[in-house]
Amino acid sequence: MSATHATPSASARETTEGTVYTVTGGDWDEVVAAAARADDERIIVNMGPQHPSTHGVLRLILEIDGETVTEARCGIGYLHTGIEKNLEFRNWTQGTTFVTRMDYLTPFYNEAAYCLGVEKLLGIEDQVPDRASVIRVLLMELNRLSSHLVAIATGGMELGATTVMIYGFRDRELILDIFELITGLRMNHAYIRPGGLAQDLPPGAVDQIRAFLIQMRKNLPEYDKLATGNPIFKARLQDVGYLDLAGCMALGATGPIVRATGLPHDLRKSNPYCGYENYDFEVPTADTCDAYGRFLIRLEEMRQSLRIVEQCLERLEPGPVMVEDKKIAWPAQLALGPDGLGNSLDHIKNIMGTSMEALIHHFKLVTEGFRVPPGQAYIAVESPKGELGVHMVSDGGTRPFRVHFRDPSFTNLQAVAAMCEGGQVADVIVAVASIDPVMGGVDR
Amino acid sequence: MKANGVNPDQDLNAENLPGRRGDHGEAIRVQHGMFGANNGGDTTGYGGLVRPVRLPGQAGRPYGGWFDEVADELEGALEEQSLLPENAIEKTVVDRDELTFHIAREHLPRVARTLRDDPALRFELCTGVSGVHFPGDKGRELHAVYHLRSITHNRMIRLEVGAPDDDPHIPSIVDVYPTNDWHERETYDFFGLVFDGHPALTRIMMPDDWQGFPQRKDYPLGGIPVEYKGAQIPAPDQRRSYS
Amino acid sequence: MGIEEKLPSGFLLTTVEQAAGLARKSSVFPATFGLACCAIEMMTTGAGRYDLARFGMEVFRGSPRQADLMIVAGRVSQKMAPVLRQVYDQMPNPKWVISMGVCASSGGMFNNYAIVQGVDHIVPVDIYLPGCPPRPEMLLDAILKLHQKIREEKLGVNRERAAREAEEAALKALPTIEMKGLLR
Repeated sequence: MSATHATPSASARETTEGTVYTVTGGDWDEVVAAAARADDERIIVNMGPQHPSTHGVLRLILEIDGETVTEARCGIGYLHTGIEKNLEFRNWTQGTTFVTRMDYLTPFYNEAAYCLGVEKLLGIEDQVPDRASVIRVLLMELNRLSSHLVAIATGGMELGATTVMIYGFRDRELILDIFELITGLRMNHAYIRPGGLAQDLPPGAVDQIRAFLIQMRKNLPEYDKLATGNPIFKARLQDVGYLDLAGCMALGATGPIVRATGLPHDLRKSNPYCGYENYDFEVPTADTCDAYGRFLIRLEEMRQSLRIVEQCLERLEPGPVMVEDKKIAWPAQLALGPDGLGNSLDHIKNIMGTSMEALIHHFKLVTEGFRVPPGQAYIAVESPKGELGVHMVSDGGTRPFRVHFRDPSFTNLQAVAAMCEGGQVADVIVAVASIDPVMGGVDR
Repeated sequence: MKANGVNPDQDLNAENLPGRRGDHGEAIRVQHGMFGANNGGDTTGYGGLVRPVRLPGQAGRPYGGWFDEVADELEGALEEQSLLPENAIEKTVVDRDELTFHIAREHLPRVARTLRDDPALRFELCTGVSGVHFPGDKGRELHAVYHLRSITHNRMIRLEVGAPDDDPHIPSIVDVYPTNDWHERETYDFFGLVFDGHPALTRIMMPDDWQGFPQRKDYPLGGIPVEYKGAQIPAPDQRRSYS
Repeated sequence: MGIEEKLPSGFLLTTVEQAAGLARKSSVFPATFGLACCAIEMMTTGAGRYDLARFGMEVFRGSPRQADLMIVAGRVSQKMAPVLRQVYDQMPNPKWVISMGVCASSGGMFNNYAIVQGVDHIVPVDIYLPGCPPRPEMLLDAILKLHQKIREEKLGVNRERAAREAEEAALKALPTIEMKGLLR
């Protein structure tokens, strides 16, 4: 290309791979003309990391030949937050505040996986009260609903079906209201703590959940009416993003992706935690291996989650929500004061006024935290996206030595190349949406 | 799925206190004093205490539950390939109902392939690799920890491979488990562990021109002091620590 | 930015200022710059219940060339920073930035190697919005405050004078480190 065509907005340089055009906006006609003058039809398109339909700050590097994608690569790390390193500088209880912000659409799963890991390292799995486990399951299943709703909503939006997005966010608000009532926050709760929960359910929570169940049962069929049988929706999703069982196993894909190949692999059934073995639910599968199958599975999982939530409400019995062991249990008794939620004044008076030892203990536990015996543990929970694993190592101190999250989005996102290569550019969007990656979880 | 594996180092009933420790576990650091205060004088009277912190050590047979079956099958399968199990498996640790094989790094790909392909083992799914940096574990500072899941038999095991800081090389197992592609890149990015044979070992999370490996223990957190209401609050890694 | 900038000081300029301010604040086009948790709350703000359309802002532009407001929603990593700056540079003037959430405003709880400690290291910020994440109501409040700011924006010579006055005020202001007591 001659120098006359090199404008500040679209410059070209020669590399061993051929001519590379750097396009930063500007006159597209010039770029197209320059590309047409080149011998080969190969164009490399860079989508993202800031792009409205890449599900967050995902960068897709696509090599296209006409409308066909010949090579697809992902660039990630644009949201790398260093949470795993930060955890090493906070005590074990403070860790929940960090992990809840990893995959921000499934905060309760991150917290639950982290806390189950700490409990395993401490060896107190059996001492966690039943009520705490039931509430954990309850919140996790509500969270599954809200996560799948966002998956369907944003997936729909990326296809141009904005109605689906409005419906999804409408129903998600109902769930966030429940979360806000129970934990005080709409997102990033830090409600599940090592040994149990931060506090008990507030009055009125059970009634609100019951009302929500009735409402949601009414709203769920709307997605079927809107999308499931919709010929355009089907045409966009069917046979797109194909990944069979062998591919899933090789690439480590879990969650709806592996269940869309017909394998009912669900850690809630195969390795139950938090008492999942006591609940009656089914693991939906599909045998289409494509984006449509994954969509149907998400819809069906939402129905199953409603069933589990209902059973949780039946199983809720009064009792403590924190382990008895005062060497681990956070010494706070929260109460609602005039300036918001805080430690109850009676409790403070009791500690400050009656026992010096209690005060020392309280101080040590809050400033230092509890010690965890040396060793390592791996805990995996079935998050809406797949197997969320936590590998944690303790060196006997009051802080984690190393915590590593095996996030399902990170692993599943590797399948983009396998799903998209050979397909159309427009189908890349569908395939990525059907993986439902959350970049907060991918990059951590 | 409870296995009866007993870790000789650990008495889990002892009120959540670290159990009595033998001297055969891996020493990962030495604790001085009782309360971990490392700046200023220790007025507690425990300042002279010196105690090595050890990870759980080698477990004795029987490991309990299905652990023995897996260990026997693995040893048998390795012998069939004329690889002496004691050369490949450095030690076997049973702790908290989890089975860990410490594998000699040169034999890792062979062991991984055996674990995946042997019909009695069938660990089809690898959940990635997690790096751990133990600056106190001389000669094997960098550990790569793999978790393998068998959906066929509903089992989970852990492989641990060590490499010294001055020779941070571990063979890649992307050939066996393609899912480890990004996981190994991530571990390289954060710990500087070089996975030999990986198709494209480049940084994945950090910018390509980043210096250093940020999740190693000797890499600072990188926090900056914060000014709040006229006071300077040090970054989290500059504050007092207790462990 | 246009012919209006060339107007001499006086009542004509003031009239044009008012008209331009009203027009600008009524048609702000935000660029989608969702990064992390806050992006989800930003999307919620655009959805049914909070309905950003009430303020004429429901159309999030995919291309920075068509946008004049960047809502930096979430933590900005060292790797994302150059991209963010490039997107900002591609936006046409006049443009505004809302730094949504504590991570974007100051790095928040992620005081470490990976996160830029405040997006104002890279781009000028008009509104800092605290919260982790801020509720949609808080984002609406920030947007309304920004509307007010856009409405009152000066043009031409008035703009230069306002900038000079702002700088003098900033030079005279008490540094944060010397402030005592509750800062509110």
